[in-house]
Amino acid sequence: MQEVSAQQAHVHAPPETFLRKYVFSLDHKVIAKQYYGLGLLAVCIGMALSWLMRFHLVWPNAHIPGLELLSKAGAPGGVITPEYYLSLLTMHGTLMVFFVLTNAPFAAFGNYFLPIQIGAEDMAFPRFNMMSFWVTFAGFIVLILAFFIPDGPPIAGWTSYAPLSAVGKDAGPGMAWGMNLWGISIALFCIGSLLGSLNFIATTLDLRAKGMTLMRMPICTWAWFITACIALLAFAVLLPACILLILDRLAGTSFFVPSGLVISDRLQPHSGGSPLLWQHLFWFFGHPEVYIAILPSMGIVSHILINSMRKPLLSARVIIYSMMSIGFLSYMVWGHHMFVSGMNPFSSLMFSFPTLTITIPATIMTLVWLGSLYGSNLRITSASLFAIGFISMFVSGGVSGFFLAQPSIDIVLHATYFVVGHFHMVMGVASIFGVFAATYFWFSKITGRMMNETLGKLHFWLTFIGTYCIFMPFHYLGLVGNVRRYSSFVDDFMAPWLGWHKFITISAFVTGGAQLIFIFNLIYSRFKGAPASENPWEATSLEWSVPSPPPWNNFGGKHPVVYHDPYQYGVNGAKGDYIMQDSPEPDPVGS
Amino acid sequence: MGKLFAVILVIIALASAYPIATHVFVLPEDISTHGHAIDDQLSDTMAEAGFSFLGAQLVLAFFVWKFAERKAGAKLSNIPGGAKLMVAIAFIIVGAEVFALGVLGQKAWANVYFTPPRADALQIQAQAGQFAFYFRYPGADGKFGAIHPDKIDEGNQNYFGLDPANDVESRDDIVTGELAIPVDREIHLLMHAKDVGHSFYVRELRIQQDFVPGLDLSVHFTATKIGKYEIVCTQLCGLGHYNMKAYLNVMSQDDFEKWLKQKASEQ
Repeated sequence: MQEVSAQQAHVHAPPETFLRKYVFSLDHKVIAKQYYGLGLLAVCIGMALSWLMRFHLVWPNAHIPGLELLSKAGAPGGVITPEYYLSLLTMHGTLMVFFVLTNAPFAAFGNYFLPIQIGAEDMAFPRFNMMSFWVTFAGFIVLILAFFIPDGPPIAGWTSYAPLSAVGKDAGPGMAWGMNLWGISIALFCIGSLLGSLNFIATTLDLRAKGMTLMRMPICTWAWFITACIALLAFAVLLPACILLILDRLAGTSFFVPSGLVISDRLQPHSGGSPLLWQHLFWFFGHPEVYIAILPSMGIVSHILINSMRKPLLSARVIIYSMMSIGFLSYMVWGHHMFVSGMNPFSSLMFSFPTLTITIPATIMTLVWLGSLYGSNLRITSASLFAIGFISMFVSGGVSGFFLAQPSIDIVLHATYFVVGHFHMVMGVASIFGVFAATYFWFSKITGRMMNETLGKLHFWLTFIGTYCIFMPFHYLGLVGNVRRYSSFVDDFMAPWLGWHKFITISAFVTGGAQLIFIFNLIYSRFKGAPASENPWEATSLEWSVPSPPPWNNFGGKHPVVYHDPYQYGVNGAKGDYIMQDSPEPDPVGS
Repeated sequence: MGKLFAVILVIIALASAYPIATHVFVLPEDISTHGHAIDDQLSDTMAEAGFSFLGAQLVLAFFVWKFAERKAGAKLSNIPGGAKLMVAIAFIIVGAEVFALGVLGQKAWANVYFTPPRADALQIQAQAGQFAFYFRYPGADGKFGAIHPDKIDEGNQNYFGLDPANDVESRDDIVTGELAIPVDREIHLLMHAKDVGHSFYVRELRIQQDFVPGLDLSVHFTATKIGKYEIVCTQLCGLGHYNMKAYLNVMSQDDFEKWLKQKASEQ
């Protein structure tokens, strides 16, 4: 019975009006593009903020023309104040983690391709889908508003530790309405993500085409599905945490604030709360969030790699089971963010072991990708370059996890640039490499035109080398004890290392500038790119069986039937070395 | 272009490893009794991480060099052993690494956190507030006076909110802005947060511990080398966070006693 109702719920009429077509669209493909656009906007702002921070770190007294227009108080005469540096840092982290790393690989590409890859006409709940985007968009607007209110953006960092975040204006600039807006924005984001992940789960379970068994789903569909399961549990904890924070701030409750605090010479009217409670709730969400950001890219990279290698992975099942175990383990490790927080030192051991254990499924995946390259015939495209670049970044960012998983080493590396380098590389850069690979790969399906490969490869080289130049030195600086979240280094100890900070800053400007090539390529190819055929990459999954771009109901009212596993490459098919999933020709011998 | 990728990746991998292999970036010299265990653990982990990093990057480069853009119709093959071998390698090699690091690492952690301070350790209280550290010595009576948050008055230098008029124990407390300690004597540092979360990090001492409002936390350590070292706050605490510092001054026992006497006379 459940299947019937879900099947009926997702069917909707073709869009007639402008609003229904482009704004409040029910079509998962339009919603996906909206998510992608939002991610692109957020990443541009987030990157501009990182430029300002990097600039300030090495030239703290330099004037940045025009910056005083953004904030008179934060950048008087165009010189960033230490507190405005913290505002930039908070907004950079929040935009990147939530509105970029959660939106682009998961909500955008998942929305577009999950339904098509399983042979569905749309998501299970198109109205929920539309709502999830618009609630997320509202969250984005609320967050950005913080730049334009007199109070300015909050200064508590993307982790917003209480009691700094919970006591209001006494805590400093940006901590009155700036912080309120942050809390409201993230609560809205949680609601959007909860609706979205419910929809992903229902769609995957209920709307698969005939013959599309779970194990016949492409690996990226699996990745989006597993991510949705993680997100459902993670955001369900962050949402109440945000509500409690807002109550502490606006309703005078004391969930996170104990008694006896004197802030800005004022005894705070709170008692009975626990700052560690916020940390537990936040990181219970925060660590799975790392996997929400990277699992979709793992799936996307597997999908693209197989297509480029012209042969299946050594085992798709092993990759899928590894992703599941990573998802499961991600709920048992949040305390590794809190080794020096004052939590019971015995619990540090209990959090350390599962954290180290995650290395095993992560290594299995890496070895399966590497082992699969052996004996392949890898086609080099912009997409496949970013896919193998992802593996390199995942390894580089992953090995530093060895250090941070151990409480004893965390004593010296906690809150240093080592941590910053680690998570930027593994959760930021690696995940974004997945997004780039996905964009170069699926652009033709989405727009009907090919992206320019020469520009794409140039973009890859600059980005690949550039991100190593930025984030490797972060690790080095952390190893000498360079602490993070300092707006400038006023002590002699850091003086010998400032040259490295300059190197990072210059690399960040060059690498950031290289992203203009990507944006130009997106816009240019959208209008002037070579027309794309239905299946330019000779791929096997269902999205390549429909026109580019697909019609509003994906399969033109037909119901695809699936006959094969998703990756029949390196075989003698009717069309070439591959057999499409919906091709009725028999399975090749031995598969 | 696959070969170009391989060459660039090898250069990146070797260039990344070079500063580590040549010990360009190392923590300042350890001055604690427990720190060597942490340093050993760090270098063991570095060796294992370096092995994994270089191994994976070089294999990736090699395979891309060898298997990218082969002639059309080149024979496809699978690596001997297949997925089973990959899973086995991950479980055996990485599993062993993980187990070794996990078990050995606990010892270094236990040195710091599972051993109680000695009964004769010198007790000092540290208070962190936006954006300064203050330290309190118990004075001749060996007891700290109680803290009264409502009596905190920085203008009158009552940083801890003491009440000497009514509280006898607080009258001889010595409050300072630097943490002076005698060398080779265990210190039991009691940590109190006045307003928001802060942290106590001394690189040379291999100690980092948060101050959490409402929680009575403490750390204990023994410094083994006379000198002046920086204490920095590592928990984002507000606009002056970057400037929240103090000094740890490790002195000989004689110098420490003289210093304490002088500070007592200044109170």
